[in-house]
This record gives sequence, structure tokens and C-alpha cells, in this order.
Amino acid sequence: MAEIKNYTLNFGPQHPSAHGVLRLVLELDGEVVERADPHIGLLHRGTEKLFEYKTYHQNIPYFDRFDYVSMMANEHAYALAVEKLLGIEAPERAQYIRVMYAELTRILNHTMWLGAAALDIGAMTMFLFCFREREDIFDFYEEVSGARMHAAYFRPGGVARDLPEGLLEKIQTFTDGFISYVDEYETLLTENRIWKQRTVDIGVVDKEAALDWGFTGPMIRSSGVAWDLRKTQPYEVYDKLDFDIPVCDSGDSYDRYLVRVEEMRQSNHIIQQCITWLKANEGAVKVDDYKLTNPPRATIKDDMESLIHHFKFFAEGYHVPKGEVYASVEHPKGEFGVYIVSDGSNMPYRMKVRAPGFAHLQAMDYMARGHMLADVVTILGTQDIVFGEVDR
Amino acid sequence: MTKELTQKKDAELAALVVLQTQFADAILEVSQGLDCPLMVVKPESIVEVCHALKSQLGFEEMMDLCGVDMSEYPSYPKDMPRFEVVYHLLSVQHNKRVRVKARVHDRELIDSVTEVWASANWYEREAFDMYGIIFNHHPDLRRILTDYGFEGFPLRKDFPLVGHAEMFFDDAQWRCVYKPNKLENRVLISRTWPGADRG
Repeated sequence: MAEIKNYTLNFGPQHPSAHGVLRLVLELDGEVVERADPHIGLLHRGTEKLFEYKTYHQNIPYFDRFDYVSMMANEHAYALAVEKLLGIEAPERAQYIRVMYAELTRILNHTMWLGAAALDIGAMTMFLFCFREREDIFDFYEEVSGARMHAAYFRPGGVARDLPEGLLEKIQTFTDGFISYVDEYETLLTENRIWKQRTVDIGVVDKEAALDWGFTGPMIRSSGVAWDLRKTQPYEVYDKLDFDIPVCDSGDSYDRYLVRVEEMRQSNHIIQQCITWLKANEGAVKVDDYKLTNPPRATIKDDMESLIHHFKFFAEGYHVPKGEVYASVEHPKGEFGVYIVSDGSNMPYRMKVRAPGFAHLQAMDYMARGHMLADVVTILGTQDIVFGEVDR
Repeated sequence: MTKELTQKKDAELAALVVLQTQFADAILEVSQGLDCPLMVVKPESIVEVCHALKSQLGFEEMMDLCGVDMSEYPSYPKDMPRFEVVYHLLSVQHNKRVRVKARVHDRELIDSVTEVWASANWYEREAFDMYGIIFNHHPDLRRILTDYGFEGFPLRKDFPLVGHAEMFFDDAQWRCVYKPNKLENRVLISRTWPGADRG
């Protein structure tokens, strides 16, 4: 009989289930993965270099383009980091707006994830269902910022502008119906025999391994660690809101699915609480220090001071005190952190983005070893990888 | 800041000061930062200190590792090492963070912490790729984000923003080739400091 040797398979970079541009070099023994070596960086744009040549205000839109399926959550971490360095805090109304949009973004991310991961595993319908809801959320993005995806809406010191009239009612209608949509997703998948055969006991990560590999977010919660920055290190107004953290304990792909689906329900609940508060309370949506935020358009027409502030803000930007800070948020994918080293000027001296996907993807080798080739797709899918943030 | 929060911060700092006395001169500095305590460690003792941080103080997760090129930082002493390696650690069980720093000269080796946290692997590769910081005993120190065969370390302050090379498709060879680029760096907004006279 002929001697059978291991062979190497190139998965990607142009493979539909590689979720972007991942080149995965797989060493296979028959159909069993012996070693997985992800080659990343095909979407590397050198954003961290660009940061050092742009003012703090100019840097906001770059954050939309990190994890391009949860845009506002990225901006959130940046806004919090700069605010911490400046020693300011956004007004309460701005914080509620941010939390509401951060949770809408979580639904946006999780529906995208569910649709794409289910499609990878073979469930075509999920993709169509999930994109139906995403469209509604894109409309809310557009109403508030003018852009369907790359909003640049969260700014250090608050949000760009107040909510337009009638938007809260539309979001209310969306949240009222959304739970029944989540039920729909669950009807299709949760007890589905094929879905369970493809996900249960695939890519198991126990608690110790999850900590060792730097997992965060739904990945660590599915491994039995009740860790969520919204509860453990609350930022903005999360400590005033009522919600639960779903935790599973076996750490396989199916649990990661269950955690994310339950998170959508919890996010929906948070959004409803924010709507109630926002309907009852008016107020400013950004700090009124016009050295740090742009002054209202109307005042520019007849107030010289405002015109000067407007010009200075957009031309030179603002100066951030010397120092360093690390701020992180519970991003839909995990802990998204921004580390800024400031030299006191109007541009960051060094800015590092801690992307959750980077840590998750490097555990690919650990998770895929000993699994079949088709399971690699399941593992990659349930890791929720987006290359915008991995490659930066 | 509330009293409770101040007490918690003081307790965290005290735990690090205890570690400092234990390691004598390996830990150069312990101080309170804006967000979390900061600890500056001698590069040759980084692995020992990290082991202690993980086993004694419960920092079981390494969230982030990055390099910083300090060569153009205002009023940074010229004789100080050029690079900082910054580790952000998280303790899930105690709910606290710490920032650990080690300062290294160009071409100076620093030991890899992959034996402490598996997640350090790619982060160290990234710091090597971006700054050329060499991690000793790293299992697989290759470039990670830049192209195969890339030259130079892009995040160093002396690397130009526009880079050194441009990629073209060469019809004769029927493949992509690099050529020296002809781009010039445009400065639209310059770096300014408060109080300086900008005319």
C-alpha cells in the first residue's frame, strides 16, 4: 500500500467562508487538521501609523473601519479613552444615546454574525432573515448620522448631534417586534438536528484555555466565565440599567451561538430602557466647552467667538494633556480597547487598538487541532472574526 | 472620585508595592496612572515578574502588548532606551488591571512572555513586525501584519508615513513587483502644542 503523508492545504485568502481575507495554511492528515497557521495582514492598512499624523477629531472615522460590522462600538472605546485623558464626561443624555446605539450595534453585529456563520455551516435562510433586521438598524444609523455604516457619530465629549424627531418611536417599534424575530431564528436553529451536529462539541475551549488565550466577550462567557465589562467595570450608564449576562459552560461552538442569541434579547431590553429615559429627559448631547467640541451651527452666524472656535476645532483640533490611558468597552466581539500615549499635542503620539478578534484568531490552531476540515469553518464562524479589526 | 474607589485603587497599588519589595531592584517604579497602576520592570526580569503577577496577584489574562517608539517624545532623555514594551494585564477573578512596562534599546533582546500567557505569541510578533523589538525564546518570531518580504519597521518614528516602496503589476513578468515610491509626504495639519506661537 502506498505511504500516505500529511499534506498542506491553503484555505483562502479568497474563500467565502474565510470572512474576509484570511489565508489559513492547514496541515492535514486525511481530513483531520494537524496544524493551522493563520496568515493575517492581507487587510493591513497601517491605521496605527496614520493615527500619529491626524488630529484627535480626524481619527474618529478610522474607528468605524476597524470592525466594520459594529461601527459605533469601536468609536465608543475611542471616545471614552480621549475623554479620560481630557478629564471630561459626556452629558447624561449623550451617555444614554451612546448606550442605546452601542446596543443597537450589538444587535447589528450579532445578526450579521448569525447570518454569516449559519450560511457557512449551510443554513441559507438565516442569512436572509438576519439581513432583514440589519436593514432597519442601518436606517437608524442613517437618520442620526447620515451614513448607513461608517457613522462617526460618537465623538469625544458626547455625540455629533441630538436624535431627530420621531426616531425614538421608530426604534420603539423595532424593539417591540425584534424579540419575535429572535424567536424565529431560534426556531430554525436551536433544536435543529443538523445545526447541533455541526456545532455541539466543536472547538471546545475550557475556562483555563480561554483565559490563557486572552478571550473576552461572548467567547469567554461561553466557557463559563461570567465576565462582562458592562457589569464588572461599568462605563457610561450601564450601572443604571437592568440586564442579565448570559453564560454557558461547555465552551463549544453551540454555546457560543446560545450566548450571542441571548445577548440579542438582553440588548433589546437595554434599548427599551434607554428609549423610555430619552423620551422623558431632554438635555445637552455634548460638553459645552467649545475648545473640545464644535459649537452649534446657528451661533456661528452672529457670534465671532463661535466662528473662531469652529475654525480652530476643525483646523487645528484640540490639545490633549500629556499622559497615557487605556480604555475599553464591551464590544459585541469582546473587549475592544484603545491605548493612547499623548505628548500634549493635537495628535496622538502613539495609539494602539486592542482588537478582540486578534486574540481569538490566534487560538485557531489550538481550537482546530484534531477536528475535521469542515469544522474549521464552524470554528472560524463562531469566533466571529472580522478582518478590519484583526489586521488594522 | 468616591471614597470606595480610592480605597480600592490604594489596595491595588499596595499589592504591587509588596511585589516590588519582593523583587528588590527588578521593579524600577510603581505608580498610579489615570486608569490603572503602572509598573516599570527591568527587561531582563520581565518573565519572572510576569509569573509572579499571574500566580500571586491573579492576573490570568494578558489583554494587550504593544511597542512604543519614544525617540521623538518631547523631553524624553536621550540616554533612555528607545522602545517601551507595554503589557496590559487583566485579572478576571479580582476585577483589576495593571500596565507593565519594560524599556529596551534598539537591538536589545527582551524575553518572551509566551510561557506565561499563550496569547502573547501574536502580540509579540506584531511588536517585532512594527518596531523590530526582538523577543528572545519566542517560539515563532515571524512578521505578522506586513507583506511577505517587507523591509523596515513601519511604526518606528523614522519610518516615513508614505513608506519606501510602491507595488505595481509588471506586465512582462506577469506578477506584482515593488518599486521605490515617488510619493511625497503631505502635511495638512502640523503637530502643535498649546501655548506655542503659531503666527
